[in-house]
This record gives sequence, structure tokens and C-alpha cells, in this order.
Amino acid sequence: MKRGRVLIAALALGALWELAARVLGRPILPPASVVLLTFLRELGGQLGLDALASLWRVLASITLAIMLAVPAGLVLGQSERLNRVFAPVIYLLFPIPKVVFVPIVLLFLGVGDTSKIVIIALILFFQILVLVRDQAAGLRPELIYSVQSLGAGRRALFRYVYLPASGPAILTALRQSIGTAVAVLYITELFATQRGLGYYIYLQGSTLFNYPKMYAGVVAMSLLGLGLYFGVDSLERRLYPWQGVR
Amino acid sequence: MIALQGIEFSYPGGEPVFKHFNWTAEPGDLWAVLGPSGCGKSTLLYLLAGLRQPRAGRILIDGKVLERPRPRTGLILQDYGLLPWATVAENAALGLRLRRFYGPDGLHAPPDERVTEVGPRVEPWLDRLGLSTVRDSYPSQISGGQRQRTAIARTLALEPDLLLMDEPFASLDAPTREGLQDLVLGLHSERDLTVVLVTHAVEEAALIGRRILVLRQPPIREALIFDNPGGGTPGFRASPAYPAMITALRQVLDGGR
Repeated sequence: MKRGRVLIAALALGALWELAARVLGRPILPPASVVLLTFLRELGGQLGLDALASLWRVLASITLAIMLAVPAGLVLGQSERLNRVFAPVIYLLFPIPKVVFVPIVLLFLGVGDTSKIVIIALILFFQILVLVRDQAAGLRPELIYSVQSLGAGRRALFRYVYLPASGPAILTALRQSIGTAVAVLYITELFATQRGLGYYIYLQGSTLFNYPKMYAGVVAMSLLGLGLYFGVDSLERRLYPWQGVR
Repeated sequence: MIALQGIEFSYPGGEPVFKHFNWTAEPGDLWAVLGPSGCGKSTLLYLLAGLRQPRAGRILIDGKVLERPRPRTGLILQDYGLLPWATVAENAALGLRLRRFYGPDGLHAPPDERVTEVGPRVEPWLDRLGLSTVRDSYPSQISGGQRQRTAIARTLALEPDLLLMDEPFASLDAPTREGLQDLVLGLHSERDLTVVLVTHAVEEAALIGRRILVLRQPPIREALIFDNPGGGTPGFRASPAYPAMITALRQVLDGGR
């Protein structure tokens, strides 16, 4: 997607919002210009701190999920026998919307950062696990034979074939699930916390009734999701240019 | 160079492919292994490559029992086996990188060879095989012939003494195929390689094989061998011995049905 076009689309949506707010003229829909000014002013204050708290939680979740899911996916992808055992388990757990586990995780891990990070990592974990597993299992046997015939044993196969092959799968998984991850982040931040964009939005909207600030929080959360998505997208293009030319 | 002694092989749950099979190949031989699909010719090649183990009998290469892929054996497959995420130059360098990774351990790499620099050993092969202009392209961006050249460069950079090829030209168009056949024949005579080329094409076996091993229906017990002294020499395609060999091979293949 061209950057210029994305920018034009953003401006058009902003203009539409501005127009709708002016026509409606009610405090629950402040104009885009007012929200933008609030957003910029607040970014140096509480909003910025809350955004950082949310960003930290997402990045920690991504790291945790990758560290657990990639080795598991590679092992399952390489071993047909293990995969036969675990495939039905994954098949059962994969489609469950992980957000329903929020209360359970909160009960077990408490209300701190850990439970929030774990719940988001859980969402990413399954997506990465399945894609890395399928990527590793889908490597053509001829490719493996060729590399073995060049002298590769198990260690070198892992280093030169399986590990590089899982990179694109990780990024695809992140791209597919980052939206859900941010949505669940919002939900977890509504529970028993005083930091994070979810809390900020809730506080401004339902307690302080400061609608421009609430909208600024919504904008920040949207930008967080967009930023992560674009980040993954550009990493994908920079690291794996061969994918686009297939 | 190669000695198969009383080989037995079958896939799990399958019928035997080889039953007490014996075959030998001398150093510098140029062999074509011919047979219909499913006859076990690829299996034979994987056995020679050390990627599969016989259930009984022994495979000796260079006098040593083969238990795992041997560093001085090169393997080239129909579907190239290139890493899709690596450029032509990186793919061609893979074998040397693996040798550097393991060091001269005698298991994954020859015990007498320490790879320090990869580039100087790969570049001449990229030049020789006409790959310099696509060195930074990915396999998906180049033609089938170029992919197979990349696989050949990767193997030859390791200076093998035995080259095993499984239908290496089967998915290439005729002019590309002929060019690569000439290349392999040139390399064979210039580097004193032992070559075993597996093919289902009678014409290719007759053209390239100086000795031809015909495999028919499994289980294979006996090596059916044709001597083809003109095979692999320049101008053989135009000599009367070439069509005569094709006819002889066709007859024996049809007779086996």
C-alpha cells in the first residue's frame, strides 16, 4: 500500500469526523480538530505514560509468545509423531476466543502486569505455533535431503533451514493476530489497573466525562494497533523480500 | 568407488525394493540408472547418498561402509533443493558455510579441509555456470535452468569426487536440458568425477551413460547392465550407435512389463 494514499484516506476520515461532529453538535462527539489538539497536549502527560504502559505490555507479550511458540512449533513441525499427539489438542484450543480466559488468568496470576501479558501472549502463542509448525512441516523433503547431502546434521538443519524458515511465519502470525491482541489488551486494562490506555479511556469516558480526552485515548489505542501492524508489515518486507516475489 | 553388497531395502510396510542386490562402479565411471517410475532408482540414489540405510547388506564407497551422507558425495535433485529465502550466491555458498559451521570433523565435512573464506571458492563457479548476473536474485526470480545451475554450483564448490543426480534435467525445456547435459559431461571429464545419473528418459540414459544400469519392476535382485562406450562423448548423438542403444534399452524395458 502506498504511503501517500494511506495518508489521504486518514485525512478524508478525519474530515468526515469533523463534519459529523459539527453537524451533530453534541459533547459526546467532539470534533476531530479538538481531539487532535487534546491528543497532542496529553501525549506529554498522562496519556503518554498510559500509552507506554500499554506498549510495554504488548511488546512483552509478543516476546513471550515468540519465545514459547517458535521452539514448540519447530519441534512439532519436524516430528510427525509428536504432531500426531498434539494436533488434536491444538485443534481444540486454537479456535477458543482466548479473551474468555481473562477472568481465569486474573484469578491465578492476580491483577498485575503478568496476567495481562500472559493473556495476550496466549492469543499470539497459538497463532505463531500453528504457522511455524506448518511452515516447518511444509518444507519439501527434497530441500532437507539436499541440505543433508551437503553435510548438515540436526544442528545445522535447525540453524540454516528451520530457523530462517520460521521467521516469515512469525511475522505473518503477528500480522494476523495483532489486532485481536490490542483488543484484548483494552479489555484487560479495564480490570483493576491504573495504568494503560484501556484504563485511560474508561476513566475519562465513564468517570470524568472528559470526552475530548476519552477520544484522544481511543486515537492513541488505534495508533498503537496501527503502529504495530505497520511495524510488522515493514519488517516483513525488509527481512523477507523473497516472499513478495514468489 | 561404489560397491553394493547384498543390499536389502524396503520402505516401512512396503514390498521389498531391493533383494540381495549387488552392483559396483569404478572411479571415474559415468553411469546412467534407467527405469520406469516406482522402480527404485531414486531409492538407489538415496541409499548411495547415505540418506537411507539398507536393512541388510553393505554399501561401500571408497572402501568405507556408508552410514551417513559422505562429505565428498554431491547430490543434485530434480527440484533443486534451494533455500527460497537465500539468494543465488548465498545458496551456492551453503555447503561451504556448513563446512565452516562444523569444522573439519570428518563426519559432516572432510577431515583434511578447513574452510576459512567462502567467497573465493564460490565465485569461480558462479562465473563458470553463468550465474554472476543473477547472484543477488532469489530462486523464485530465476529460470529452472538457472536454479539447477545454482544447485550444481553449490555442490561443485565442495569439490566432490562422486556426483549423484536424480532426474536433474527432467523439468527443464529441451535446449536448457541439452546445455546442462553438456555441462555435466564436461565436468565429468575435466574433474575426474564419478557420476551416477538417474533418469526415466531412455534417450538421456543412452546419451549420457557410458554404462547403463537398467532397473525394472521391484523387487530388484540383479543389476542389468549395458555398456555404451560412446555415451557421454561429443558427437555421440549423431552416431549410429546412439539410436541402436535406445532401441536395445526400449526392448529390455518393454520386456520387463
